[in-house]
Amino acid sequence: MTVDLDVRYTAQLARLNLSEEEIATFQSQLSQVLDYVEKLSAVDVENVEPTAHTQPIFNVFRTDESRDWFDAKTALANAPREANGLFSVTKVVE
Amino acid sequence: MDELFSLSVSDLQSRLRAREISPVEVLEKLESRIASVDPQINAYLSRDFDAALAAAKNADVSLPLGGVPIAIKDVINVRGEPCTCASKILRGYQAPYDATVIAKLRAAGAIPFGRTNMDEFAMGSSTENSSVKQTLNPWDTTRIPGGSSGGSAACVAADEAFASLGSDTGGSIRQPAALCGCVGLKPTYGRVSRFGLVAFASSLDQIGPFSKTVRDSALLLNAISGRDSQDSTSLDEPVPDYTAKLGEDLKGVRLGMPREYFIEGIEPQTDRAVRDAIKHYENLGTEIVEVSLPHTEFAVGVYYIIATAEASANLARFDGVRYGHRAENITGLLDHYGRTREEGFGPEVKRRIILGTYVLSSGYYDAYYLRAQKVRTLIRRDFTSAFEKVDAIICPTSPEPAFKLGERSDDPLKMYLADIFTIATNLAGICGISIPCGFASVDGKKLPIGLQLLGKPFDETNLLKIAHAFEQSTDWHKQRPGI
Repeated sequence: MTVDLDVRYTAQLARLNLSEEEIATFQSQLSQVLDYVEKLSAVDVENVEPTAHTQPIFNVFRTDESRDWFDAKTALANAPREANGLFSVTKVVE
Repeated sequence: MDELFSLSVSDLQSRLRAREISPVEVLEKLESRIASVDPQINAYLSRDFDAALAAAKNADVSLPLGGVPIAIKDVINVRGEPCTCASKILRGYQAPYDATVIAKLRAAGAIPFGRTNMDEFAMGSSTENSSVKQTLNPWDTTRIPGGSSGGSAACVAADEAFASLGSDTGGSIRQPAALCGCVGLKPTYGRVSRFGLVAFASSLDQIGPFSKTVRDSALLLNAISGRDSQDSTSLDEPVPDYTAKLGEDLKGVRLGMPREYFIEGIEPQTDRAVRDAIKHYENLGTEIVEVSLPHTEFAVGVYYIIATAEASANLARFDGVRYGHRAENITGLLDHYGRTREEGFGPEVKRRIILGTYVLSSGYYDAYYLRAQKVRTLIRRDFTSAFEKVDAIICPTSPEPAFKLGERSDDPLKMYLADIFTIATNLAGICGISIPCGFASVDGKKLPIGLQLLGKPFDETNLLKIAHAFEQSTDWHKQRPGI
């Protein structure tokens, strides 16, 4: 797999602005990392299950009951901007 | 009489319980030690003396960790205290809740005291990625303390803390413990709750203790372990008394030397010290067996796909909406996100978010992420097979002692290779500990060397027994940097 990383495009996906200098530096540094990672393509993974999670537990549920947690005041305590007990955010819809 | 601040937790407890000293006096003497020494080390980001004092006044020394102050890596939420992960994006954030490990420490009578420095969002191996300050190695302050839990390791090594908590995703407890000459334990994945730990890589992260002795490590593990209903990845395994087998002899114990961990490129004094430690273990009655972990060479590659992928998802929450930094004079939604995150994150964090986003993106997911998860299965199987023949694996923690500040910071890939011996442990989900086993002489300074022992899942009792036997029959753990 040739290194196909487009830092500018990927940064957009990650909602992360980068300077032109960062784009260039990261393009070069991450290409080196991806070259290193190329060695994984040599491994025979035929019939091997992926491991997302190392311990044998699945479908951990609890009863669907509401619990006390933060009140609104606590939840808003770190808000960069709040109004009327709500998080104030950038306009999304014109 | 030993200086109070140089005591282990265990010895401190004896003094507290004999009423030779009070928890308040302990805290005061500790604060005084930190104030005098930390300007040389920079282990601490902040300390809330008043909150700790209130806890000390009410401390019950009969509890398992009663009256003992414990320093906390700045990635674990402690109610009312900052939790910045050494990042600008969380500057000003004050934790509204205690992480489960903190609640458990309090229930055991311990006093969380001090926020320790780290690589930003636990991404790094030298603590050079902190956006706040550089922690220095107490054995040579021109060198790094390791990372990402550099502050937690340095404060214990410099007797600025009796013990501390850190987190380990690819070696971030064990490697700084080795470089700073203290004990660092990464529990089995799922042994300790991650609720309240700011997530880096959710399938790899574990909280664990730094301490001066293996016994102290066991005491802390006792306090913080256990199933937590708020962390669905924590297991319902019973918590034994992890001190129960300390002092037992090693008759019948088999230790595995993985041939892939004893390679060209290990610094010669490190190689010598670890091989001497293995001989010492033979003298203690263990059988040394050569084992193979054939997929070792792929571990760093697998890690930098899986960990960065998980991190890109976990760090999406830092969006300037509910907490943390928000950019000024926002012109629209994309500008809100894009500039907030540009201003808030440091370069290594940005690199890993980009890499992680890429390997998960459409068209690349199968070739990178899915393939990495399959190779992860093979890495895990290597350990399962090895553990059929041996009780624990023995190897170096770090390929070399502490390097100089700035030596690797321009070469991310070279920095990543510092974790070559610790990373597979997290991928496999098993437990591992680093203990002091000697010193390298470099530029006229003594630099600590760590010995690593890796254990079967949930077999910390035996891992600690094996580590303790080495520690108690040598003097490495008694040496101090002389600060």
